[in-house]
Amino acid sequence: MKNTIYLDHAATSPVAPEVIEVMARAMAEESGNASSIHTVGRRARKALDEARTSLAQKINAKSSEIIFTSGGTEADNMAIFGTAYARQHEGKHIITTQIEHHAVLHACEKLEKEGFTVTYLPVDRTGRVSADQVKAALREDTILVTIMYGNNEIGTIQPIAEIGEVLKNHITTFHTDAVQAFGLEKIDVEALHIDLLSVSAHKINGPKGIGFLYAKTGVKVSSLLHGGSQEKKRRAGTENVPAVVAFSKAADLVEEELQLRKEKYNNFKNILIEQFRVANIDFHINGHQTDVLAHVFNVTFPGTDVESFLINLDMAGVLVSSGSACTAGSIDPSHVLVAMFGQDAPELRSSIRFSFGLGLTDELVREAGKRTAEIVKRLTS
Amino acid sequence: MIYLDNSATTKPHEDVLKTFLAVNEQYFANPASIHRAGVESNALLTKAREQLANILHTEEKNILFTSGGTESNNAAIFGLAKSSNFRGKHIITTEIEHPSILEAVKRLEEEGYEIDYLKVNKYGIISLEELKQKLRKDTIIVSIMHVNNEMGAIQPIKEAAQIIHKQCQAMFHVDAIQSFGKLPVLFEGDEGPDVISVSGHKIHGLKGSGLLAFRKKPQLKAFIVGGGQEFGLRSGTVPVPQAAALAKAARLAVENMPVHVQNYKKWSAELHHFFEQFDQEVYILSPKDGAPHILSFSVKGLKGEILINALQKRDIIVSTSSACSSKQTKTSHVVEALNIDSRYKNGVLRLSFGTNNTDEDIAAFKKQFSVVMKELKGEITQ
Ligand SMILES: Cc1ncc(COP(=O)(O)O)c(C=O)c1O
Ligand SMILES: Cc1ncc(COP(=O)(O)O)c(C=O)c1O
Repeated sequence: MKNTIYLDHAATSPVAPEVIEVMARAMAEESGNASSIHTVGRRARKALDEARTSLAQKINAKSSEIIFTSGGTEADNMAIFGTAYARQHEGKHIITTQIEHHAVLHACEKLEKEGFTVTYLPVDRTGRVSADQVKAALREDTILVTIMYGNNEIGTIQPIAEIGEVLKNHITTFHTDAVQAFGLEKIDVEALHIDLLSVSAHKINGPKGIGFLYAKTGVKVSSLLHGGSQEKKRRAGTENVPAVVAFSKAADLVEEELQLRKEKYNNFKNILIEQFRVANIDFHINGHQTDVLAHVFNVTFPGTDVESFLINLDMAGVLVSSGSACTAGSIDPSHVLVAMFGQDAPELRSSIRFSFGLGLTDELVREAGKRTAEIVKRLTS
Repeated sequence: MIYLDNSATTKPHEDVLKTFLAVNEQYFANPASIHRAGVESNALLTKAREQLANILHTEEKNILFTSGGTESNNAAIFGLAKSSNFRGKHIITTEIEHPSILEAVKRLEEEGYEIDYLKVNKYGIISLEELKQKLRKDTIIVSIMHVNNEMGAIQPIKEAAQIIHKQCQAMFHVDAIQSFGKLPVLFEGDEGPDVISVSGHKIHGLKGSGLLAFRKKPQLKAFIVGGGQEFGLRSGTVPVPQAAALAKAARLAVENMPVHVQNYKKWSAELHHFFEQFDQEVYILSPKDGAPHILSFSVKGLKGEILINALQKRDIIVSTSSACSSKQTKTSHVVEALNIDSRYKNGVLRLSFGTNNTDEDIAAFKKQFSVVMKELKGEITQ
């Protein structure tokens, strides 16, 4: 069997060795309950506070504005349900896009059943909404606009700065799901006028099961988890100190190499393109040409069928996905591609997502490109 | 340092850490990915689920992984309420539940649900008679903790289950977070709760991991929504290393239970006897037949923090009655519910044992406590 080449880093990423080292040490040494008042608790609290401050700095936030959660899904749910329930007396209108992650979409759908009105903005063929669309959809009773920073399936980056500019003088809360963008795009919540922002550690070589919601001082969000008074009463549950410490370490590492990684991943895209061209196969790239996350590369290979294609790629050791991992289990047509190309577009049946991360080299990516091209040739001949 | 605060949290067992690290290294892929790495992760997740199902006496499909005890309790209360509110909106719980139950039902109360709180006697035990009286046709949830985290009272869960299931259709939820690994598993036998909560970090497992286990097919509305993981009942990328670590911790806890519980019982009896020598100076809140690993007591007229600090200077770590309320200055709701003499209300301390404690730890505690009591005599005003 051929060696495997993991190209599914947007689904989840391996934990960096430095990160797991920090985590293992914290599990052994900072094993106290951060809410206990004795020395063992204080030691855990200190580690927690330091990590919080460091993570806050990464997005130009204050440490008191970081609420730790169990991951990106919980952060998204908290942003949406938390805003809806805290502000429902001011209005019941929400704006989002058709290409959000299901953690956002399903939360919005649940709110619709409870009497909220949700506008799902369509996107263009590159997967973008415009600030004008947002402006046109805004109503007096709009309490939440939730638009993702960068898409997990096609990588397209939304015009967050322009949208922030449109929203800054409106009463609405502005949430962005930055689960894929954090660590690859430099994000400044202040400059972008963002009120709420979700991040998940396992997408940046941190552990699974930890994330945060940034909540700007003064912005109203009710809690999702209720109980003890942890996280300033905003998120109950014993603080997961080792995971938080590891998360912070992972964020340090990706920040240090942010530019380097972007260049590297952009080059990976070029390597794949080159391999596809050399092999003379038919392909086209989905998503925005320039405003796109460096680690996500979504490609349509006309004439292939995604199910057999994925099986063949897997047998050849090329581990990719057809969209987001969560929907991948069933291979339903991707809602993102449907929004971009329409219900019956051929892209829905023939698109693959390559996503890059730790451990990949030019050689490995070239090899993956070669194997992919061979399979495409075989399947379409 | 002698750590006697294992009900707040425990140090992960070495083997649990090993499992976590090994799985993290070899099975990092997303179990929802359909490529071979994902399939392998998913197989491991299934194995962890099977092991836990075996330990808990239920089936694999009845185990939902969560981010911890608080989420398990919240998911149970909100999830069960939302899935059965067509039958009624009446919920019964107790005055002495953990805040992760009490705050959740309070939230539901704001939404129009009706909540009844069972009282407890001075030993922290509910009255089954009161339960019988409070149960109604439209009762949809009864939530009673197995072991109280602040003073160790054990509730008559089997008897309560019998009464509930005979009288109505309510789902019976039990917060088993403090009892798991110390008392027999609740799904053993014919009669028992319908759903229980467990948390990893209380059993020498990891923080940020827990589960909700059903006796039969889960009946609840998802509380966290998104990708549809965990049979559509709990969304979010499933942390496979934590799931495997939880299975490991649970197995160790149950397998080694007889040995550890024997120790805890011995220490508990020893300390009961020890505190009794202080006569009126010390009041023991924990019943003698309570959970073996928790012993709460109070020193007359003294503030708990003073005692904690004095013991800490001597390298002994104990706590006020619970970590999540330890920063609040007001008396805990559990202590209030026990209705004890007011002179004892401010000085409640909790000793809680874990698998790392030894006979020497207990002897050292006794010695240092006696010294501290002598020193502090002057500060006791009443
Ligand atoms: C854009 C986006 N949002 C949210 C999530 C959910 O994050 P998590 O898996 O940490 O719950 C993911 C990944 O699955 C994602 O890609
Ligand atoms: C009885 C009880 N229930 C629930 C919890 C909450 O569990 P976790 O800290 O894992 O959220 C605790 C501990 O804090 C507890 O002792």
